[in-house]
Amino acid sequence: MNTIHNESRRTFLKAGAGLTLGVYLGPTLAAADGKAEAVAGFTPNAFIRIGTDNTVTVISKHLEMGQGVYTGLATLIAEELDAAWAQIRMEGAPADAKRYANLFMSIQITGGSNSMANSYLQMRQAGAAARQMLVAAAAKRWQVSADEITVDAGVVQHKASARKATFGELAEAAALETVPKETKLKEPGEFKLIGKKAARKDVREKTNGTAQFTRDVKLPGMLTAVVAHPPRFGAKVARFDAAPAKAIAGVTDVVEIRTGVAVLATDFWAAKKGRDALVIEWDESNAFKSGSAELFEQYRQLAEQPGTVARNDGDVTTTLAAATNHIEASYEFPYLAHAAMEPMDCVVKLGPDTCEIWNGEQLQTLDQKTVALAIGMAPHQVKLNMLYAGGSFGRRANPVSDYVLEAVYVAKAIAGRVSPKGTSSAAPVKLCWTREDDMRAGHYRAMFFHKVTAGLNQFGIAQAWQQRIVGQSIMAGTALEAFIKNGVDGSSVEGSANLPYAIPNVAVELHSPKLPVPVQWWRSVGSTHNAYVVETMLDEFAHVAKRDPVDYRRNLLQDKRRHLGVMNLVAQKSGWDKPLAAGKPGERRGRGIAVHESFNSFVAQVAEVTLKKDGSFHVDRVFCAVDCGVAINPDNIRAQMEGGIIFGLSAALSGAITLKDGAVEQSNFDDYPVLRMNQTPRIEVHIVPSAEAPTGVGEPGVPPIAPAVANALFAASGKRLRRLPFDTAELKA
Amino acid sequence: MIDFTLNGKPVSTDVSPDTPLLWTLRDHFDLTGTKFGCGKALCGACTVHIEGQATRSCVTPVSAVAGRKITTIEGLQSKTAKAVQTAWEKLDVPQCGYCQSGQIMSATALLTTNHKPSDADIDAAMSGNICRCGTYVRIRAAIHEAARTLGA
Repeated sequence: MNTIHNESRRTFLKAGAGLTLGVYLGPTLAAADGKAEAVAGFTPNAFIRIGTDNTVTVISKHLEMGQGVYTGLATLIAEELDAAWAQIRMEGAPADAKRYANLFMSIQITGGSNSMANSYLQMRQAGAAARQMLVAAAAKRWQVSADEITVDAGVVQHKASARKATFGELAEAAALETVPKETKLKEPGEFKLIGKKAARKDVREKTNGTAQFTRDVKLPGMLTAVVAHPPRFGAKVARFDAAPAKAIAGVTDVVEIRTGVAVLATDFWAAKKGRDALVIEWDESNAFKSGSAELFEQYRQLAEQPGTVARNDGDVTTTLAAATNHIEASYEFPYLAHAAMEPMDCVVKLGPDTCEIWNGEQLQTLDQKTVALAIGMAPHQVKLNMLYAGGSFGRRANPVSDYVLEAVYVAKAIAGRVSPKGTSSAAPVKLCWTREDDMRAGHYRAMFFHKVTAGLNQFGIAQAWQQRIVGQSIMAGTALEAFIKNGVDGSSVEGSANLPYAIPNVAVELHSPKLPVPVQWWRSVGSTHNAYVVETMLDEFAHVAKRDPVDYRRNLLQDKRRHLGVMNLVAQKSGWDKPLAAGKPGERRGRGIAVHESFNSFVAQVAEVTLKKDGSFHVDRVFCAVDCGVAINPDNIRAQMEGGIIFGLSAALSGAITLKDGAVEQSNFDDYPVLRMNQTPRIEVHIVPSAEAPTGVGEPGVPPIAPAVANALFAASGKRLRRLPFDTAELKA
Repeated sequence: MIDFTLNGKPVSTDVSPDTPLLWTLRDHFDLTGTKFGCGKALCGACTVHIEGQATRSCVTPVSAVAGRKITTIEGLQSKTAKAVQTAWEKLDVPQCGYCQSGQIMSATALLTTNHKPSDADIDAAMSGNICRCGTYVRIRAAIHEAARTLGA
């Protein structure tokens, strides 16, 4: 049980009188990198502010990047507080791991699709404690028993004496109440908001243009920076001529920083023209000059060698030798860019004693430490303002703080320079990447190569599974290196090492080559490739066994209740037992299924495709079933599944970052196409009713779609696609 | 000086004439609802109305709009635009929200000329607007919903 403390008594609220509630959290979690400060004793953690104006401000410890977390956290607090939905406002938390840590990760981070899961009890307790204090204050004021008081939709009431008060009217009195030692949470049957549709908290400002993103920040005297980066990873500036850039009206500074040459100007257009006018000679003596084709060839050779063991059940070697049928296949997955709609950007105001940053801030604890180290300050001197992120998909939680640090380098390079307003501190800097900068900066989903050798018995039932995975580790060489256990970065093998099917002999091995191309988590991380390999291979097994793919999986998932739950539901909703309607003359149609667990949620999808003679195809419909425990915001769960399907389909159809002689070949949405409206299937999402603890929804919608579509394309064409993105030439009739 | 009408008011600017309208709006008129996404008219995040036509402001030099009427997300007033925004709210279309100004400008332009668009019409009008969060399913539904309320 967490204990709760009334924060109003120890800190005056500058925002005004009222009740601020803090929740003290026990020292339950180890430090993330083994070195981060351990949480000692009880630490205040403020989430609620009730104003005398009757507003309830919820302080979000998590970044709203589209996944609906503001609405979700508001739902949890409003539920137990019995607040009116309309009186809830959201505010981003500052950087403070002691109060705002992700309880599953012990550092302040929004990631791993666990925002709701780690907050589920914490926010409800905060809401319930605040409610209890409001009730206690009302009981005193009215001289009645607290048990006779009810709270509904933000109104505290004593029905017998027909008295009522708003939260705002009670806020100051409630602030003087003792914080309850224990809170009583509602039983699920008492929920009024959890499980119902709640209008997104951010919807109004995101439909009228007023939502504030990093790129919208404007500070007095602020300069915009656009940076010229080297054309290859590992290259450096040799020399440059700043004169052509400085000749452009509006350009104020040209400075060399560790990552390139920055041009600063009074507006973006001048800064960009200045950057484009720079003449730079690059030192490429240590530059990476390999291409994707060469890398895949090296990966293919590595896959012939035993790797680090991620899982080893039974005796794969002997079973493979004895098996009746063998299937051997290799798979290629390219680098992928996140390509969030808002290219990376960051605002920095560097003063003598503080460094204030505005950003779609996703990884506060590491960013704060990394920036502090770079400028010789203490972490608490680095102040982070968390704004809305225009998408992230993992990109803004960068383990080396790449673009944040770049903005800081620029601010530092012009420090000492008097700002246009004549103040003593340097001009604030807004670093703005263009789309091309964003796409070529690395930090991609890593390239992966998989080789699978499977042995099946005379009935086509899999007896042995040997898989070798080759691809860069995300955590190696970063502050998160301590998470690598026994040489295995779990994020490289997730989805394969936890293969759910009852195959008696399983070996999963990993090679993690080190390359200068930076890699990073990308919405659903390891499952982006592992789910594809596992779920298309299962489809091959069913085909060899001459069994229906759903039936075949059922047989191997007998003790996997939640996998079966979503698979059976999606089979039922998609009419799997009825034949797929035929296409027009000359068209082939197919249907495929995939099931996958990621981030403790279970998702099954059925895709229906129509394939033309030339190999081009359209994904017509997708049915999706999800089991994510208690469905806190069902409509948001549906939205996340829809978005995940579109994100995953986008990569399967056209996503590829390729290298040629070390240079990234793509630059913008013309050569890195992403899914558009006309390619979007009809999508139907069904939620499995569940009383289990809530689990992730931001990422788990992504992994099943590519294998479901690949299996549908096999059904239509008889061709197995083992390279992503799909090559329609392989599908010609 | 370049003069034009911005959200119903006459304005003038002395920015360099090659400056795209997008950056003129964002950096010089502080209208930041219109977004930068690609700079090459590939994503639609910068969509504004020029004389009612959905136009990519990132590739439109400000010199090209002299004497013309510009409407941005901040200046939407028409009954059609309000119906679109209401439908967007009703269906909770936005996720990250960054592309949504552009989506709403494109959808409003579509419904202004086509009161009952088919799915194919929506594909044709909206496929220039990228949404990486994947809100397309709801954008399509919200356009139909707005058409329904306008026709009612």
